[in-house]
Amino acid sequence: MTKALKLTDLSKTFPVGRSLFGKSTGSVKAVHPLSLSVEQGETLGIVGESGCGKSTLARMLVGLLPPTTGQIEIEGAALDTADPAAFGKRIQYVFQDPISSLNPRKTIRQIMEAPLKRLHQMPAEARRKRISEIFESVNLREEFLDRYPHEFSGGQAQRIGIARALAANARILILDEPVSALDVSVQAQVLNLLADLRKTFDLTYLFISHDLAVVEAVSDRIAVLYFGSVVEIGPAEEVFAAPKHPYTKLLADSAPVVGRALTPPEAEGTELPDPLNPPPGCAFSARCPRASETCRAKAPRLTPVGASSEVACFHPLSE
Amino acid sequence: MTSFLTLLARNRLALAGGIVLSLVVLLALLTPVLPLADPDVTNTSNRFQPIFSDGAVLGTDHLGRDLLSRLMWGTRLSLAVGFAAAIVAATIGAGIGIVAGYYGGRIDNIIMRGVDMLMAFPYILLALAIVAALGPGLFNALIAVSAVNVPFFARNIRGITVGIAHKEFVDAARLAGLSNTRIILSEILPNVIPVIVIAMSTTIGWMILETAGLSFLGLGSQPPQADLGSMLGEARSALIANPHTSIVPGVMILIIVMSINLLGDGVRDALDPRLKSGALSRPMAATRVDRAEQPPAPTDQGLLEVKALETQFHIKDRIYRAVGGVDLSVEKGECLGIIGESGSGKSVTALSFMGLVASPPGVITGGAAYYEGEDLIGAPYKRLRDMRGRNVSYIFQDPLATLHPLYRVGDQLIEAIRAHRPIGREEGRAKAVELLNAVRIPNAEKRISDYPHEMSGGMRQRVGIAMALANDPDIIIADEPTTALDVTVQAQVLTILDDLRRSRGLAIVFITHDFGVVAQLCDRVAVMYAGRVVETGGTGDILDAPRHPYTARLMACVPELGGGKRRLEAIPGLPPVVDNLPAGCAFADRCDRAQDACRSGDIALAQTGNHAVRCLYPVAQEEIA
Amino acid sequence: MTGYILKRLLSAIPVLFGITVIVFLIMALIPGDPATAILGSYATPENVAKLNRDLGLDKPLVQQYFIWLGNMLQGDFGTSFALNRPVIDEVLERFNGTLVLAGTAFVLCSVLGVVAGVISAANQYGLADKAITFVVLLGISIPSFFLGMMMILFFAVNLRWFPVSGMWPIYGDRTFSVLLTHLAMPAFALAVVATGVVARLSRSAMLEVLRQDFIRTARAKGVHERGVIWRHALKAAMVSIIPVLGIQAGFVLSGAVYIEIVFQWPGVGRMLVDAILKRDILLVQGGVVFVAACYVLFNIMVDVAQSLLDPRIKT
Repeated sequence: MTKALKLTDLSKTFPVGRSLFGKSTGSVKAVHPLSLSVEQGETLGIVGESGCGKSTLARMLVGLLPPTTGQIEIEGAALDTADPAAFGKRIQYVFQDPISSLNPRKTIRQIMEAPLKRLHQMPAEARRKRISEIFESVNLREEFLDRYPHEFSGGQAQRIGIARALAANARILILDEPVSALDVSVQAQVLNLLADLRKTFDLTYLFISHDLAVVEAVSDRIAVLYFGSVVEIGPAEEVFAAPKHPYTKLLADSAPVVGRALTPPEAEGTELPDPLNPPPGCAFSARCPRASETCRAKAPRLTPVGASSEVACFHPLSE
Repeated sequence: MTSFLTLLARNRLALAGGIVLSLVVLLALLTPVLPLADPDVTNTSNRFQPIFSDGAVLGTDHLGRDLLSRLMWGTRLSLAVGFAAAIVAATIGAGIGIVAGYYGGRIDNIIMRGVDMLMAFPYILLALAIVAALGPGLFNALIAVSAVNVPFFARNIRGITVGIAHKEFVDAARLAGLSNTRIILSEILPNVIPVIVIAMSTTIGWMILETAGLSFLGLGSQPPQADLGSMLGEARSALIANPHTSIVPGVMILIIVMSINLLGDGVRDALDPRLKSGALSRPMAATRVDRAEQPPAPTDQGLLEVKALETQFHIKDRIYRAVGGVDLSVEKGECLGIIGESGSGKSVTALSFMGLVASPPGVITGGAAYYEGEDLIGAPYKRLRDMRGRNVSYIFQDPLATLHPLYRVGDQLIEAIRAHRPIGREEGRAKAVELLNAVRIPNAEKRISDYPHEMSGGMRQRVGIAMALANDPDIIIADEPTTALDVTVQAQVLTILDDLRRSRGLAIVFITHDFGVVAQLCDRVAVMYAGRVVETGGTGDILDAPRHPYTARLMACVPELGGGKRRLEAIPGLPPVVDNLPAGCAFADRCDRAQDACRSGDIALAQTGNHAVRCLYPVAQEEIA
Repeated sequence: MTGYILKRLLSAIPVLFGITVIVFLIMALIPGDPATAILGSYATPENVAKLNRDLGLDKPLVQQYFIWLGNMLQGDFGTSFALNRPVIDEVLERFNGTLVLAGTAFVLCSVLGVVAGVISAANQYGLADKAITFVVLLGISIPSFFLGMMMILFFAVNLRWFPVSGMWPIYGDRTFSVLLTHLAMPAFALAVVATGVVARLSRSAMLEVLRQDFIRTARAKGVHERGVIWRHALKAAMVSIIPVLGIQAGFVLSGAVYIEIVFQWPGVGRMLVDAILKRDILLVQGGVVFVAACYVLFNIMVDVAQSLLDPRIKT
């Protein structure tokens, strides 16, 4: 079976600092070499806290950022060009901030037409038809087409953003925190819309979010990112219900849940490691109650645990 | 475009500037057909005629030439050169700036190094050098003035372009298959043009001054041709004996430049979107209070009692009723949660107590907030200031923005104490360390000399809490203090807050949109929607058995961890905008229980025991089960 | 800190180098050859050729540049043919006068401009704001040379409060108070435009800062409004005001050219204009390079001041 999306050893390193002659003086590994695959029609949730590299990963996947190493395969074909237009037809992106992802000086119709014109060279009449179809499918009225972005609420603007991504006719959508800028009552509308669209158009989603509950509610599988690496990946119903990596457990215990008493899940004052000076071993070892000497010396690799999970830990939690 | 012109015309000063400038330009255009004397014919026997003399309304100059005629021709020349220089400089500068800003990297580096190099000269040195090389003359002066202004435009426009090039819509255009050239033309340029126009309209006056200056030095227009600058330069030697020959061209320059500047400011204001929304107003020290009615008297419920509080935002001719009659109370040692979506008025309610709502545009139009029986809303600024931070203190949402970036956190803590009582250096330091220890910041002795940017988000918010504790207040108002934090950090901060409240007997008003947080921290909850409390009661009661349909449905549409993959119960529609609230229940349009009665008249908060709900058809207990 | 200063000084080297290249290239554009200009149109071709050889003008452009640069680095800026005196001596002497005038004006415009801007912002739309805004508008619209002339007419000729022109009286003591009476009018006339620009910018920087969250925090702590404005807000606003002060220093230096001419002030600006009109190329070159170099150094001081104020700048 061909995977919809397959990443092999994808990584990104940013240069930091400038010496007098414009040479960089150091580098930060935003994403460590990472391999993932997503089945056709699947939703893979990617969850992590700020600074874990989830946005960098997303931008690499749609070609907005060239990866430092590794390759991306879409439906079995390798994509090694950094040309966003070539990506555009196969994989599209829904942005976090719906308002700023729409050019304030263009009408919605102009925004919607761009991918049809540039990626598919569609003639005017066909474009008109296609746009009405798409608008229908995201529950937007066609009269919105001649308005400007500032006239819309966040939820409406996000629907327009989704409509634009659909217009490119890509089968894979990268959803980068698509609902975190929205209010909860609107958030549910957009999440349900996304679920419907996935069914209708047989789409594959990569759903990136910091909100554990949202990710759990929409995903088939979830990958937990910490400090640029996947520390655990598994079926959505297991990852937080029965965490195997101590970090996943910490996340799950930290999320405020109705009916659970407030107890500090870890000793206070623990923080992310310094990205300029990463620890040699497991990045989580300094915060981990189970850490041993091995953890501090060597970085664990993602290894299969149980039927369908993988975890990067020397001392994974079992039931 | 029309809205731009109406905005411009509404600005009376800009309008005056525009009218004067149009007149001057019109006269300058008409100069060749007006019955004026030849500006260059000398008549030395008739020199230095005063103003209003026969045949020469403005008198004559040192060679007996008619001043009025020379003034008109000079104005024509000065205007033409000034405008030309501005257009040339703006076009070239903007082109360079857009290319550098959009492509970034090496191209940007090389271009901006060059620009920096040109800006390393005081501008006149460069202009003088250019004129020295090309020789004196008006056209060369034009080249010099344009050239020295190109770097200013380039740098300005580059900055704006960099900002726009990193906007998400540019990424979106790239993903839609647009080429770089097309992105520049269709995405970047339309957003940069207003800035170019602003930069131009505010610098044309300056360019006219500069060209006049070069002519004044004798390096611009050459005799007998004269622009306003060279007229002044020639008149300077006769300044004391015949001042009118200097005053006439000088005043003309002043009139032109001033009218251009007035118009330019108007253009800038009309094009700046922030000014349209009134966002550039400076908030006053305390929110404006304008209560039409006597506020209701206190009923001695709790430490802080809010009665019928109404806060509005007056923006242009619109009135946004952000808070439309809120009643709340907090006991000593109690934690009250206020929960609601954005725009529900929860933050504005909390900021109103101590007059911290930005004003303008905020106005408190009714109600009272009694602290131990004393009305805070009506209190004079002096009293309010005295109580801020001492009796009632605040913790805000984004700790990076709420701490002063240029002061060390220790100094900010000490200042919080010093605002209310004098304290020595050593004592202040000791107290600051003690406060940081209280919020469990490790290494407090060292961390007090950190700047906020050197700390992580969680640590910064701990500093925020420490600052709120500085004067042992009775009430802490926490406005979404953990919304900007990661979950693991949020858990730590919430634990600290909960422990402090129990150990110090603090009352906390906790504003949030997260039911999970409310459940873990608060004793009682008030749910807000469209500026009003729709339901209030004990946390357990409300979470277990919500009675208002909004509360029930809001809880249902928030996914909760542990629920697995599922479809969410979304609420259709959008919250109403508070400048146009419907009559009756604001939730009626989104509610599936709504009846006709819901859409008319005020619906009261009906109390049953500790639980109150503002609904005619509340959800019954058995329905939930 | 020292590391930062050192780094900034090192980074100024390419800028200084670039300045000399730009000046040299502009001067190379001059049509005709300087020798003819120096010797006059009656010079014999032999004499012109000899002078060209003496000045090194027969060599390729690149070589000429490096000879010129090398000489400058040794403090030899050449000799002014019009004054018949080493360029560097003349420039240094004149620069002194400019420094007194422009320095005073710069201090005036910084202090007055910032104070006016803060008061204006703190009373937005109030009477003080409107008055300041109007005066500022007048200030940035009036040509400084015209203002200077009017001041001479009114304060020197009519009221006789100040001397008409010059830096020192021809006869009499050169005391500080005498200098002040001579300095008052030109320094003020020079400062007016820059004060207006600084005041405008300070006002908008203050308005921007006053809307920030940390101002609300200061108020929530109970800090007195005076402290909120003059400590919290002004300190944060200075981050955007200081770079503008650096740019304004360049404008003050530029404006000094006009003021020196109007008030017969013995400064480098008047010297440059005279030199241009007399086609005294070496003097122009030397003067421009010297003043520009001083301005570059001044801007390094501005950057250092900025880094002292703002800990977020990596030092």
